[in-house]
Amino acid sequence: MLRRTVASGSSMMRMAKLPLSSRTALASATTLPRRHYSPAAAVKLTNDISLETHTDTQMASRDQAAARAEASAGSSAKAAAIIDEIDTSGRTALNAAYQENTGFGTRPIYMDMQATTPTDPRVLDTMLKFFTGLYGNPHSNTHSYGWETNKEVETARDHIAKLIGADSKEIVFTSGATESNNMVVKGVARFYKKTKKHIITTRTEHKCVLEAARAMINEGFEVTFLPVDEAGLVDLKELEAAIRPDTCLVSVMAVNNEIGVIQPLKEIGQICKKHKVYFHTDAAQAYGKIKLDVNEMNIDLLSISSHKIYGPKGIGALYVRRRPRVRLEPLFSGGGQERGLRSGTLAPPLVAGFGEAARLMHQEFESDQAHIKRLSDKLVKGLLANDHTNLNGSASHRYPGCINVSFAYVEGESLLMALRDIALSSGSACTSASLEPSYVLHALGRDDALAHSSIRFGIGRFTTEREVDYVIKAISERVEFLRSISPLWEMVQEGIDLDSIEWSGH
Amino acid sequence: MPATPSRLQVLSLYKQFIRNSNQFNNFNFREYFLRISREKFKENAPIQDKEKVAKLYEAAQRDLGVLKRQKLISQMYTFDKLVVESAKDQGDSRS
Repeated sequence: MLRRTVASGSSMMRMAKLPLSSRTALASATTLPRRHYSPAAAVKLTNDISLETHTDTQMASRDQAAARAEASAGSSAKAAAIIDEIDTSGRTALNAAYQENTGFGTRPIYMDMQATTPTDPRVLDTMLKFFTGLYGNPHSNTHSYGWETNKEVETARDHIAKLIGADSKEIVFTSGATESNNMVVKGVARFYKKTKKHIITTRTEHKCVLEAARAMINEGFEVTFLPVDEAGLVDLKELEAAIRPDTCLVSVMAVNNEIGVIQPLKEIGQICKKHKVYFHTDAAQAYGKIKLDVNEMNIDLLSISSHKIYGPKGIGALYVRRRPRVRLEPLFSGGGQERGLRSGTLAPPLVAGFGEAARLMHQEFESDQAHIKRLSDKLVKGLLANDHTNLNGSASHRYPGCINVSFAYVEGESLLMALRDIALSSGSACTSASLEPSYVLHALGRDDALAHSSIRFGIGRFTTEREVDYVIKAISERVEFLRSISPLWEMVQEGIDLDSIEWSGH
Repeated sequence: MPATPSRLQVLSLYKQFIRNSNQFNNFNFREYFLRISREKFKENAPIQDKEKVAKLYEAAQRDLGVLKRQKLISQMYTFDKLVVESAKDQGDSRS
């Protein structure tokens, strides 16, 4: 039909002049003489369009499983006698890695809450109205569309500030914690560059702080990367000793993203106040999850990320103290929004979603804490019940929702490959593409082998007990299986000290 | 001041919370809202102060609205079942 109308433009012109019903009749009569579409049928068709958007890999995987079972049955009948042993061992591996045909679903359990969290339905509910009606620019103050959006933005700002005991005027919206961290490390350093030339941070920081600090070295700054102890904590005496007269900034993260260790923020804050140095903390993993108070802890700058607290991705915030005022050079030049620190139109749907997420973190704090603690204790107990496993990072100063466990004599990446039914990571999402061992675990003094065999488990608001039980069972089974095929494990069982072995050259 | 709800009204509200939570297609959201609904009603059950009860009732009705809308959205955009979830599990009101 399309081809015809294009070919004869004049006939289309004629059709356009006809009323709707007769046009349909004309079209069906001229282009499709044999099939008759009545108007009623056409309406029915539009009603039939399914609103559901399935990601239907379930059926596909079931078919695949059936095909595989069939193929393996055929082959084992042929060569059963000869390769019996290999075949069965191969099949155990397969059984261990995939649970198919069991009447259960196929979508993996989500246990990577440090990478990101699912968006809370209540957050989505708040955001939806910004996509349907509240589309005004919050910075337009000449009409009500702008005012109503601006009001919502300010409400969100209040919720976000309240959670850390700050004033709403001290919150600057950014695109995420990475931007906030860059803004601080580069902005503060650049603003005070005439007199101050030194930045202090730690070795277990997130990559964005480390890289930003490294970038400042190129601009002529000196950076001290403080070491951490075995538990992942900063030594306060060492920190104090590192502060010089020309130090402008100390940046220590609140909760580590890989090992969940909570740094002694209050003590660090006191030291920084004593020496009149600005204290920045990257609280992407801590905000809303542990009690934070910027005044009590003497925090001058604090980075927040929305998608770690069940909010939307693509937004974060930076707390910048107003009294005494912290000055920083903005990264972006522009219209001067957000106190001139971060120019560019705000994204009201994201801001409102972020605000609602912060409100919920406040509202559900006790409930979430109790739930996460309970599941975390269960998971730690279940995982450490296996031989040669240990918890990385301090056992007492930790956020329970982040658990990092080393499974000795198992290769972490192969364990992750065997755990297709659980979404996990061996470290931060940023470095999971590369196979190098985690630099955080290195900083804790773990050797390469142990750093390679570490896995991080994240527990959040939406994690259920059933999932934790499943994870404990699956991990225990597969660690045992991977060890059973590992020559190293065999040697350990025979009592050979692996360190005493001299490996022949490569 | 909003009117104080009767015992029957509160019970009916609780029932609606449970019913709507149960209709989430997403396993984690379903389990969460079931847990939190039970927790919240249990926690607030001993409150006697009429004004407080009235306020909570009003807030809960707003939350129920959210739940009703989000349950529908959860049913519109569905994903495979989780590995811990029986393929025949509940979560779809129409089945």
